[in-house]
Amino acid sequence: MLPFDFLTHLPAVVPEVGLTVLALLVLLLDLRLRGEDRRVIGMVAGLGMIALAVTPFIWAPVDASATYWGGMVRHDALSQIFKVIALLAGGLVALMTVETSEMGRKGEFFLIIIVSTLGASLMAGAADLIMVFVSLETLTIPLYVLASFSRRDKRSAEAGVKYFLFGSFASAIMLYGFSLLYGFTGQTSLYAIAEYLGSPEFSANATPVLATLVLIVVGFGFKISAVPFHFWTPDVYEGAPTPVTAFVSVASKAASFALLMRFFLAVFPYSLVIGGVEIQDFWVNLAAITSVVTMTVGNVLALSQKNIKRLLAYSSIAQAGYTLIGVAALHAGTAQSVASVTFYMLMYLFTNLLAFGVIIVFSEATGTDDIKDMAGLNRRNPWMALAMTVGFLSLGGIPPAAGFFGKFFLFNAAIEADLTWLAVVGVLNAIIGLVYYLVVIKVIYVDRSADENKAIPVAPVAAWAMGGTTIAVVLLGTIGTQIVFNWALTSASALL
Amino acid sequence: MVPTEAYIILSMVLFAMGAMGVLLRRNAIVVFMSVELMLNSANIALVAFSRHWNQADGHLFTFFVITVAAAEVAVGLALIVAIFRTKQSINIDELHLMEG
Repeated sequence: MLPFDFLTHLPAVVPEVGLTVLALLVLLLDLRLRGEDRRVIGMVAGLGMIALAVTPFIWAPVDASATYWGGMVRHDALSQIFKVIALLAGGLVALMTVETSEMGRKGEFFLIIIVSTLGASLMAGAADLIMVFVSLETLTIPLYVLASFSRRDKRSAEAGVKYFLFGSFASAIMLYGFSLLYGFTGQTSLYAIAEYLGSPEFSANATPVLATLVLIVVGFGFKISAVPFHFWTPDVYEGAPTPVTAFVSVASKAASFALLMRFFLAVFPYSLVIGGVEIQDFWVNLAAITSVVTMTVGNVLALSQKNIKRLLAYSSIAQAGYTLIGVAALHAGTAQSVASVTFYMLMYLFTNLLAFGVIIVFSEATGTDDIKDMAGLNRRNPWMALAMTVGFLSLGGIPPAAGFFGKFFLFNAAIEADLTWLAVVGVLNAIIGLVYYLVVIKVIYVDRSADENKAIPVAPVAAWAMGGTTIAVVLLGTIGTQIVFNWALTSASALL
Repeated sequence: MVPTEAYIILSMVLFAMGAMGVLLRRNAIVVFMSVELMLNSANIALVAFSRHWNQADGHLFTFFVITVAAAEVAVGLALIVAIFRTKQSINIDELHLMEG
């Protein structure tokens, strides 16, 4: 074993160190600033996190197969890209929150968002069961607090309790899976576990391993809100303050997909055969079936929603279903599938934050989040209506926006992995999805309302954040697609 | 010496009891206690496996689990107090402000 050299280990955790410093800075500002100056807290938190999103590129991965900090974290392409996603999500959400009346001046809100982002960022690189568990809880426990942050809205406390009870139940199940995995192999490092499971020393039959795998998948299923572990999603999305919903829907989900892919690739790799059973076959079927059920249930239930946040909750369940197509396609061992999931999460980050950004501003100005109250939005603020349209077109997968290529790459990966039927189900679901996305766009542009002469003001910070995300969505769907996808593809090839 | 299997069976029984508690009980505090039971069943398994493999990793894992569980208690009890303030009840069947 090499002697410990601080400087070789530091690059792997630069964003985390930065986030810790940022968290302390926010606490300090919270003590010092008074009155209107307090908006600086949110600005520092938001811009700080976005600035930190550059660090994974500056301190880029050197050796993709090395582990750092006593085997706790890896510093590879997967962690690099998902750290960027987590940091951008945290930063953009903070910027969109600055001008809201309830959370915008509260230092602790931004502190908790930073800590949660720290968890998501660690999760992207976690390479050890202990690290996986701790980072997962660092991401989730702050979210329980955030979900019940609003004192004005009674639904918020309820959302917090529901999220907490479901969440801690799911992580307890997952933890039991981890303890069994440790028991089978005597290893906590994800890569050492895989090695041991594949070696001739491991002589047990496949059933207990498969049972363990199911326990772990339950935990992931909860995090990414896959059916049948999605029950918390609509209530938490509706009840939690909108910025929190935005953060949950992007950061928590992206980090969980990163970890899920790492588990798929590392712990139960392509070649693993235990007692004559190919573990990947089992996992592929599990992922494919979950994917089909998740997207169908999400899309069908979304059709009848009246509340925009609830609609986006079911939409996010459906989107998790689409992303699982890419996870199921992983078994072919192609870089295509990893890259497609990565690209999808990147485009989903901007798309969903755009949609939620508009809703944050809208409900701040009007105090409602019902779809029918959004009628006449284009007469009240045409730019917001345009941003919302770009976001929803992207969610629905209409060409000029990034969502089209996101879905295209996922379906393409499925076809290359001989899962054509899954791609077909995905396409059919995308068509159902279009219905409810287009209905909202119709309400915004066509429906009239009595309030339509009341303009909705947008604060400059929120306008910049939304403008930036809109441009990102359009760029990812047009000239940026090839560059970003090829980058994801090269990074993914380094991983396999 | 007590065989490892005995500890694992104990932990499985505790885990099943915890899971049943979460699914069947309606009082938020009791549900939460059941979750803690599940976490501790995992702790027992970890420590037993750690002895079985004759190494300290499992013990270490357990310390982290205990720490995380403590954080969860702090947040969880605060949330349950908050919901009691708004509803005067901690029955989870009465948490139905949102439907659909």
